[in-house]
Amino acid sequence: MIRFLLRRFVTMAVTLLIISALVFFIIKLPPGDFLSNQIAELRAQGESASIAKAEFLIKQYGLDKPAWQQYLVWIGVMPGPNGFSGLLQGDWGWSFEYDKPVVDVIGDALWLTLLVNLAVVIFIHVVSIPIAIYSATRQYSVGDYLATFIGYIGLATPSFLLALIMLYYMNRWFGISIGGLYDAQYAGEPWTWAKTQSLLSHLVVPTVVIGLGGTAAMIRRMRANLLDELGKQYYVTAKAKGLDPTRALLKYPFRMSLNPFIADIGNLLPHLVSGSVLVSLVLSLPTVGPILLSALKSQDQFLAGFILMFVALLTVVGMLISDLLLAWLDPRIRMGGGR
Amino acid sequence: MNTALPSKHHYVDPAPFDPGKTEPVGAESESFYRASSWQLMWWKFRRHKVAVAAAFVLLAFYLLVPFVEIVAPYNQTKRHGDFLYAPPQAVHLMHEGRFVGPHTYSYNYSFDLESFRRVYTPDKSKPQPIRFLCRGDAYQFWGLWEMNFHLVCPPEGGTMFLLGTDRLGRDLLSRIIYGARISLTIGIVGIAVSFALGLFFGGLAGYLGGWVDHVIQRMIEILRSLPELPLWLALSAALPANWSPILVFFGITIILGLLDWPGLARAVRSKLLSLREEDFVKAAELMGASKQRIIARHLIPNFMSHLIASATLSIPSMILGETALSFLGLGLRPPVTSWGVLLNEAQNLAAVQLHPWLLFPMVPVVIVVLAFNFMGDGLRDAADPYH
Repeated sequence: MIRFLLRRFVTMAVTLLIISALVFFIIKLPPGDFLSNQIAELRAQGESASIAKAEFLIKQYGLDKPAWQQYLVWIGVMPGPNGFSGLLQGDWGWSFEYDKPVVDVIGDALWLTLLVNLAVVIFIHVVSIPIAIYSATRQYSVGDYLATFIGYIGLATPSFLLALIMLYYMNRWFGISIGGLYDAQYAGEPWTWAKTQSLLSHLVVPTVVIGLGGTAAMIRRMRANLLDELGKQYYVTAKAKGLDPTRALLKYPFRMSLNPFIADIGNLLPHLVSGSVLVSLVLSLPTVGPILLSALKSQDQFLAGFILMFVALLTVVGMLISDLLLAWLDPRIRMGGGR
Repeated sequence: MNTALPSKHHYVDPAPFDPGKTEPVGAESESFYRASSWQLMWWKFRRHKVAVAAAFVLLAFYLLVPFVEIVAPYNQTKRHGDFLYAPPQAVHLMHEGRFVGPHTYSYNYSFDLESFRRVYTPDKSKPQPIRFLCRGDAYQFWGLWEMNFHLVCPPEGGTMFLLGTDRLGRDLLSRIIYGARISLTIGIVGIAVSFALGLFFGGLAGYLGGWVDHVIQRMIEILRSLPELPLWLALSAALPANWSPILVFFGITIILGLLDWPGLARAVRSKLLSLREEDFVKAAELMGASKQRIIARHLIPNFMSHLIASATLSIPSMILGETALSFLGLGLRPPVTSWGVLLNEAQNLAAVQLHPWLLFPMVPVVIVVLAFNFMGDGLRDAADPYH
């Protein structure tokens, strides 16, 4: 088990390293950067005081060095102008657009992003498992067709539009206020019970909207897995020997079909994170999504880079967790040492 | 011991033996055994009624693509200054209890000063018959010929906004029809890019094996573990702002394709590996077939069907991706019209509340995506005709 863990951790570290290079490369793709754009603009206006500041920042963050050196400084394996201070040392850099450290810009948003994604994963599991069991045990029933149909719609509807429509109707029918993760009056307030309640009620729409596509995919896969298992002889034997049907179902075929189900969380996560970024933009949730979009548009490189790294980390860690769960559930994987 | 031994003289019946007699082969199973695998796939696909229906829907959509100018009642850029945000007009058949054929009623415009909204009320006094196979807005057909022929035209002196108009008074139905051209081709071009990449890398990994396989596999894993949308956003933010709309179109397509290939490459690789072990490959080898012949005649046709099926299943994600990017304003930009660009106007709640018809471009998106999913499912089932 320890060897397995070690191997997974090393793979994860290498993956993250490659992702960081990729992210940096993509962010550097557009010509110019935030500061040189700003300097050009300031020059045009003839403001020398601000230019000095911008040039100071360029020196400070080593933006005048070649790109590969900037990258190494950014991740923290090469000493920059102020020693080793990069992602590895916990220094997330400076946001030029907000003129604040990246930590201050997105501190709260990180937790809320995590919260939203966690809520979605839980939602998907809680909803899709019972529906899949129902669908598989009553194959070709009206309920099964209904679940399949809703599933297809869930796959085909762009989530951002669903978000808009749901937002409108939730507000109209249930009076849940529009946008954000809590009511405006709680912004900047300490966390109280009332604020938590407001948060939970605001969480409903985004969770359902982001989770719908994933739920549809999960139901489909789980139903197929379960149907495979239900046709096997051991299940027929168990039922023939008079085992209580529910027990026979939950103890054997269900457990077997859970295996690929957990392995699938890894495939699901990147889509969830994508969905949450998009839906956050539409619903103006204070997650990293809207900040990412504006940072990308203004070439605020450290901010955008950090957010991209954060979402990548989120998925990679999620995949690690799903792998560990799988290893815990299935000794064959644990003993075989990875897939 | 001696009882188990076969007798030395074993008996052979001299009478001729016809295997068809003991186990008669009917005409139906005869044709089944003789059919080529493509034929079998076609038979199997045909049985999948929903998939066939979906295929027809897609065919109809794609037939539209070359002829949008003729099908659309208006030109996509034609503005109607008097009809900003006009709601959809209904088509009537009967006028005052008398049949006059399909016609619309003209709008009377007034401005509600209390809610600050434009109010359009149909003027029911005079029917305005819709014209068919007629001359209307001029356009350049395929950018070559000056034409003004339309399948359907608005009434003489009247209007026909079947799905309403947008903020500049442009007919939404016509714009949706024009948008089909871009939205539908982007899926196909994108999948071509991703198909080529997937075939190349997957084939390399499956064929060469060894460290090449290892490196490509790691690459696939890393790309698959990245959330697509933030990467799409980052890459399309990297497209230079001074590119022409056509260049942006190709840029977006390539971005969509670049991030989609790992799934296909994986499918190619695993298919190559598993097919190599199949009996028919071994049989061909034993019969002395050359390597090229085995690959060209036995392997490629076998996994091509699978690839086409999985490619069909990933076209929807391309179409949805383009829609999402354009919706956020990072994808295609006007004057290019795609369904995503049209939805960009329905970005805020005011649109949903005041002008719900602006959400209509969603309908073709959902229909096309569903149709691709259904057809892809049918193709996937049919791709394995022997199971």
